Amino acid sequence: MDVLYFAWVRERIGIPREVVETTAATVADLVAELRVREDRYEAAFVDLTALRVAVDQKLTDFDAPLKGVREVAFFPPMTGG
Amino acid sequence: MRISVQEPAFDLGAETASFAAGHRDMGAIVTFTGIVRDLPDDPLQAMEIEHYPGMTEAALREIAQDAMTRWSLGDALVIHRFGRLVPGEMIMMVATASRHRKDAFEAAEYLMDYLKSRAPFWKREITAKSTDWVAARAEDEDALKWW
Repeated sequence: MDVLYFAWVRERIGIPREVVETTAATVADLVAELRVREDRYEAAFVDLTALRVAVDQKLTDFDAPLKGVREVAFFPPMTGG
Repeated sequence: MRISVQEPAFDLGAETASFAAGHRDMGAIVTFTGIVRDLPDDPLQAMEIEHYPGMTEAALREIAQDAMTRWSLGDALVIHRFGRLVPGEMIMMVATASRHRKDAFEAAEYLMDYLKSRAPFWKREITAKSTDWVAARAEDEDALKWW
């Protein structure tokens, strides 16, 4: 699936998007897989309360299932307006 | 209803006039405009706004649709810019049209409260001393509970 990063999450991980091969059942499982990959992922995901997630471009939470999902995005709380 | 996520500047007067035209049954038009504010102690060189193409438009459309359902609105407009802006530049505007002013005022405030915390935009402030992502404010999240 496509995994996208925005704002300081993108900066910490160093790339805006990547394709991740995963069998993770939920967003939280995917985060756990990414965190053990490299320090830059750990740095981005160290505090999940500071992060928001969208699945297929819909805001959701870390319990959201990933079955059939094409795109997951991680980012800090939004600051529009 | 019109949603525009765009890099170029918009013309507030022309957008407002165009929005107001053709609504003969609407007695009230409310507009709000957000402007890049300079920082008092550390002058702002620029504000950079990042967004999530695709999701941004869909999120704004959903918020505007909610407002149209919740209040008696004849129309709604949301324009939000991204990219690099300097102090004094307009970041975004909303406009609402209703038969009577209360619906238009309330719906405009609702649109603002929701798009601040639920539309995928992130602001970064660039000064001579630093470059910092703007932190979300707890008050902005709390504002949603009021609705």
